Amino acid sequence: MERSNNRGKGFLMFLGRRWALMFLVLESLVFSFTAPAFFSVKGIQIVLFFGTTIFLLGTAETFVIITGGIDLSVGFIMGFASIVSAKLTVIFTRMGLPPGVGILLGILITWMIGLIPGYVNGTLVARLNVPPFIATFSMLGITHGISELLIRGVPAKNLPYLANAIGNGYFIYSVPGEIVSLFKKPIIQRGVLLYEIIPNVVVIAFVFILVFAFILKRSKFGQHTYAVGGNIDAAIRAGINVKAHLIKIYMVSSFFATLSGTIYMLQYITGKADAGAPFLLDAIVSVVIGGASLYGGIGTVGGTILGCLILSVLETGLRMMGVPTFDKYIAVGIILIFAVLVDQFFPELIHKGD
Amino acid sequence: MGYLLEVKDITKRFGGLVAVNCVSMGVNAGEVVGLLGDNGAGKSTLIKMISGVYHPDEGSIFFLNEAVRINSPMDALSMGIETIYQDLALAENLNVYSNIFLGREKLKKILGLINILDHDYMLAESKKVLNSLEIEIPSLKNKISMLSGGQRQAVAISRSLYWNAKFLIMDEPTAALGIAEQKKVLDLIRLLKSQGLGIIIISHQIHDIFSVADRLVIMRRGLKVAERITKETDPNEVVSLIVGAEMVKR
Amino acid sequence: MILDSKGRGSKLLMTAAKNWALLFLFLLVAVFSITGKGFFSLTNFQNIIHLSTIFLLLSAAETYVIIAGGIDLSVGFVMGLSSVLSAKIMQILHASALPEPASMLIGGVVGLTVCIIPGLISGTLIARFNVPPFIATLGMWGVTNGITLRICQGFPISFLPSKLVGLGNGYLLYILPGRAVSFFHKPFGIQGSQIRELVRIFPNSLLFSFFVLFILWYILKHTKFGQHTYAVGGSMDAAIRAGIDVRRHLILTYTLSSFLAGLAGVFNVFQTGIGNFTPFSAMYELFAIAGVVIGGASLMGGKGSILGACVGAVMIRLLENGLSISGVEPFFRFVAVGLILILAVVIDQMFPELF
Repeated sequence: MERSNNRGKGFLMFLGRRWALMFLVLESLVFSFTAPAFFSVKGIQIVLFFGTTIFLLGTAETFVIITGGIDLSVGFIMGFASIVSAKLTVIFTRMGLPPGVGILLGILITWMIGLIPGYVNGTLVARLNVPPFIATFSMLGITHGISELLIRGVPAKNLPYLANAIGNGYFIYSVPGEIVSLFKKPIIQRGVLLYEIIPNVVVIAFVFILVFAFILKRSKFGQHTYAVGGNIDAAIRAGINVKAHLIKIYMVSSFFATLSGTIYMLQYITGKADAGAPFLLDAIVSVVIGGASLYGGIGTVGGTILGCLILSVLETGLRMMGVPTFDKYIAVGIILIFAVLVDQFFPELIHKGD
Repeated sequence: MGYLLEVKDITKRFGGLVAVNCVSMGVNAGEVVGLLGDNGAGKSTLIKMISGVYHPDEGSIFFLNEAVRINSPMDALSMGIETIYQDLALAENLNVYSNIFLGREKLKKILGLINILDHDYMLAESKKVLNSLEIEIPSLKNKISMLSGGQRQAVAISRSLYWNAKFLIMDEPTAALGIAEQKKVLDLIRLLKSQGLGIIIISHQIHDIFSVADRLVIMRRGLKVAERITKETDPNEVVSLIVGAEMVKR
Repeated sequence: MILDSKGRGSKLLMTAAKNWALLFLFLLVAVFSITGKGFFSLTNFQNIIHLSTIFLLLSAAETYVIIAGGIDLSVGFVMGLSSVLSAKIMQILHASALPEPASMLIGGVVGLTVCIIPGLISGTLIARFNVPPFIATLGMWGVTNGITLRICQGFPISFLPSKLVGLGNGYLLYILPGRAVSFFHKPFGIQGSQIRELVRIFPNSLLFSFFVLFILWYILKHTKFGQHTYAVGGSMDAAIRAGIDVRRHLILTYTLSSFLAGLAGVFNVFQTGIGNFTPFSAMYELFAIAGVVIGGASLMGGKGSILGACVGAVMIRLLENGLSISGVEPFFRFVAVGLILILAVVIDQMFPELF
């Protein structure tokens, strides 16, 4: 009698520990019934395509939140980056450079410039002891101001077609039965069904996300990130250069926000100052759903991505159902609170060694 | 004189407050010195200068007979000066062996290029040092938050030991411990002393100090008010020195 | 330890630092008076105060929460909720031929009462279920926004009683120099050409906000509730052990914050004549928090004042007004607010003993 009870309890614990995953599966199932187009190749691509922004911003926040901080500026750094990369690309193309080179150069330079807001954030937090909330809120305003200055009300346009092709292209193009081509959209006869699988932007995003997830999990840098978040005094006394580390962390966050902005530019071939603003909430929610604590010391990139998927599926599913996105906010709010409550009722999730 | 570690005329100010006022003292290898004084006497500030957290405003520090500048905790650690703080400075969210290797993680190369954490090595080495101190901890993969006070203290001590500390500073090592665990920690301190370490202990537990310390240094309001050889004094005299009934320099 | 006492010169410096926000405000006024034509006028100043009303209320709301060591991210959207809800009810009642005062009153009261709920929920989550304030109020942020959008379907609500705007934008005193003086409404029989000479003093909104802020100031400074707010924020442990019912206190604090946000929303309806949801980009809550921090509060809790929050809130509005009158592009106010905020925090740290 007791053994079967324990087994039942163990199973419940197993589920409880993976509640986010369960939720994602459930959610997907529900939508596949209520929204006809959801559970299809196309549907999944849409989830991934629109989710890219959240994946990147969520990864950005993961690093910062593990150290016990927060980065409110990622949305506007993203907008800033989208504008800068758009303008640079236009300039290079106009100078006569081939579009591919122009785009690449524009993006690389933007990535470098995009590290600056992060450096400033980190310096404010680490060297001037400004609370992260305030420091990044100020950076939000400053990047917003600079973005508007750059764009002066006129959105960037006349970007080369290649940008659009990359931004909206897919990794694999296949016809039922065989893979026709990679990266390049093939010309096919009418009436033949073409599957487009895995948007390019997702590939680009995940290359970086996977690299940094690896860094967080297995490298000294990652270990120190957890240490700083767990007990900053212990980290200082153990000889870790905490100030430098925090600056690097905010630069990582800034980098991912910048990356997201350059991808936005490829997706929508324009730059917009507030491109990332609506996604800040989603990013932070994903991180919390993924198991991180706002007090720091806990969290993983994998968990965050899971959280991002939950939100992206939610948004896409609702949209496909024709439900106004108002309800999305309510749902997200509830899920967020639920995530935190679950963490409290299953403390073993946090305390168990592995 | 041949002290292992010596401070001469060392002073530290915070704004208008003089926390440590022209203090001189030394510790020999294989010796335990008890640093005593009431709250606000300046004991913590003094040891923080030795451990590299603070910079002295005036005065000098000598280690192994050479004048040294200890600019950061890393400097102190690389010299062999280890500190065990009152709050133990352990990261609750990390496991036992990660804490022992905190800041000095062992890396291994994969694919010939990339450096990642060498968990197996750190786990094995931590087991060795904990065993050598005869400390029982069920699983080194457990996070610190799951350990008892005595176990945490043991982890902090093993950390210092592993890194070949020459000089150990202990801040309230037996506070918040049960009787049995207190005894264990004191035994450990005697073991370390016999291995030739120089140790400074800050403690309010006069009896514990009397049982392990060879000499006593008493501070009050930033000044060193007295120094005694433990055998030549008694708790009453020490208490009155701490509190300020008399101020005698010997 | 020997305490070193510094000379007299630094005492002036310390007083300056303690009130730096106020001094900075005067500095801004001086600068803008030079760079902006028409800045330094009664009309303009009253305009600034008039437009500040909402922000004063929101900052006051945040003051209590922040002093208690928490944060409330939902105030912007709760304001939107009350704006939309009270407007909706006023619209319905007005259309059903209820006398205007009644529909305005009922709409306002209902909006206010409903807005107590988000605060109650946040407070309970925070106090009883240990949800971090950031998360609890972020959750409410989402939920209230969603509900608001549902009610108004994304469109502003109009066709409201016409007396609304008059009340919301009216003044206490109208003086036509040499001709007439009247209270609360323009003098009768005034000609179109004479309106330009009309001097308006004391916007209703100022009376209203002064009244509310005075009560809040009094509570914070002179009542047990206010004292406990500082205690809970300074050290929750100490407060608990002193016997303060911290749970109840926190729930009340967040409910108060929510209520004030609701008040701001109702007032917004009176001021603009329509009910509108709060757009994302407005970031009211972040500005409210900025105002409180500029005014001297610490995000750690235990420090802050209503007066400081008012100075901070007005400073931000003044910046916007001054910058636009001086011909600077409006988005620079974001940059300016950001910089001032950082300045506030840095000064706070350089003189920790003062505050």
